[in-house]
Amino acid sequence: MKKLWISLTYLVFIVLLIIPLIRIFSGSWAEGWEGFVEALTRPQSLHALWMTTIIVVSVTLLNTIFGVMLALYLVRATWLGKRLKQLLNSLVDLPFAVSPVIGGLMIVLILGPNTIMGVFFEDIGFKVVYALPGMILATLFVTFPLMVREVMPVLQEIGTQQEEAASTLGAYSWYTFWKVTWPSIRWGVIYGVVLTVARSMGEFGAVLVVSGNIMNKTQTATTLVYQDVENFNVLAANSVALVLAAVSVGLLLLMEWAKKRKGH
Amino acid sequence: MHIEVSNLNKHFGDFHAVRDVSFTIEKGRLIGLLGPSGGGKTSILRMLAGLESPTSGDIVFHGKKVNELPPQERGIGFVFQNYALFKHMTVYDNIAFGLKVKKQSKDQIRERVMSLVELTGLKGFEHRYPHQLSGGQRQRVAFARALAPEPQLLLLDEPFAAIDAKIRHELRTWLKDMIERLGITSIFVTHDQDEAIEVADEIMIINKGRLEQKGSPWDIYKNPQTQFVASFIGESTIVEDVSKLKGFEDASVWPGTKALIRPEYIEVGKRSEFRIASATEPGRVKHIHFRGSEWMVEVTVGDTTLITYRSLEKEVLQPGDEVSVLVHRAYLFNDNDSWIMENKLKEDPMPIHI
Repeated sequence: MKKLWISLTYLVFIVLLIIPLIRIFSGSWAEGWEGFVEALTRPQSLHALWMTTIIVVSVTLLNTIFGVMLALYLVRATWLGKRLKQLLNSLVDLPFAVSPVIGGLMIVLILGPNTIMGVFFEDIGFKVVYALPGMILATLFVTFPLMVREVMPVLQEIGTQQEEAASTLGAYSWYTFWKVTWPSIRWGVIYGVVLTVARSMGEFGAVLVVSGNIMNKTQTATTLVYQDVENFNVLAANSVALVLAAVSVGLLLLMEWAKKRKGH
Repeated sequence: MHIEVSNLNKHFGDFHAVRDVSFTIEKGRLIGLLGPSGGGKTSILRMLAGLESPTSGDIVFHGKKVNELPPQERGIGFVFQNYALFKHMTVYDNIAFGLKVKKQSKDQIRERVMSLVELTGLKGFEHRYPHQLSGGQRQRVAFARALAPEPQLLLLDEPFAAIDAKIRHELRTWLKDMIERLGITSIFVTHDQDEAIEVADEIMIINKGRLEQKGSPWDIYKNPQTQFVASFIGESTIVEDVSKLKGFEDASVWPGTKALIRPEYIEVGKRSEFRIASATEPGRVKHIHFRGSEWMVEVTVGDTTLITYRSLEKEVLQPGDEVSVLVHRAYLFNDNDSWIMENKLKEDPMPIHI
């Protein structure tokens, strides 16, 4: 009986994870190295990968800065009422609970071309929806809880005493943050960065709604894969997917390493 | 530094943690804030440090009001209960922190840190991290770190609480010597009366947010001004009706008055051990306990049980023995007042002059 369960577990693992990976790999190599390179060097592939890169970099930067700040304020700020803190704390998880598609839709409803704010931004020459800013915004929405949720428990665990000690020794908040708080939360932040990169690279639903998926304009790697599949261009889809999968595996290894260091 | 605190109050939501506390502290004194846990001692300390702001009242250092001054500008050193050492920094960097903040030169820092390392007996440990040190060593690092920027006032929150009993004793003496040598005004919080009595020049007893009494340890022991102070300092037994005890019959004129009797106010022994037998009364030994350096004797007189100590040099009493009991004095108190009453029979009624 026990053996049956063990083999069943491994079977699920293989069917769910290993076979798809092999399939993507063999699919992208169906026409050898040249087919793979050709699929990736199509103008739309290069553009989509470039878009994904921009989104990943800017979202990770913004999320790191604001995520760490929000975590600090949620844990440390005594001037926030307890109730308000609880409310903010549960609001942070909203993107986890809401489907990314709905998150994207909310952005279109607020900043779309037919709304007051959308028109305002368009007038000053700053297109949000169906353009890069909207895509960054949508990805930011989806990834926002990741950093906060990584950093908050670390901050709670280290407590306020080391920071108070620093203040009695004459250090002000900026110095204290870099010399005392940062070394303690560093690995938590790195872990949060890895999660954010992984999530923003793979985000599909929210970006699809906000971007309109216009080839060579607002298409990202994931939405390109989707379109290639729609067009029965399986080889191209597999090739782009392989690039995404390879980066993800790399991140996974980095994450394991960060997790180990976080413990120290 | 000269410290003056007047009508200090602190509320945490509905909880009134510190109530109308006022005191002054002379320069160079070592003060112990003593009281039960949760009594507001730490809140007072944190307000002095600027880590907590008072709800009302004034804190004055050197004649200058510091209420609005942040902890960075108060010129204080603070030793936390769990030391709060910077765990990713070595002993050297921990001690140097306050000096680096002040942007002193590398040589100056090195000189000051090494002299503090020497002073605190941490030589050879400069490059260790806090988790590689023992509790006592960590405490010394915390002490050295707080002293490094040359504060005018040193505040210590339960400095010995996290250290095991034996080393605690050594550290107390060490700390007292050190503070005396440096001549720095210091305030420490403790819930341990022995610690306060042993270390402090002056004790402030804090209970339920109130300052019950301030004075030298001997003063507080001798002249407790409230019932709380009397029962908190030293050991004691509360006697409901003291007028039943011989020599204290006069106490019956104050109805509703109870008495607090310390073990050292009581003598027990065979009748022959007493010079003035008329002041003693018969009792029976209930239990005896060996306390390492003396016997603790529980003795019943009438329907009250008293506790006292007896030297190991004297004849050993057994439970059930009939003994004589002499009560030298009692500390009487009622809702309004408290005073000390001596045994009136102790004065020899027929002194014999030779």
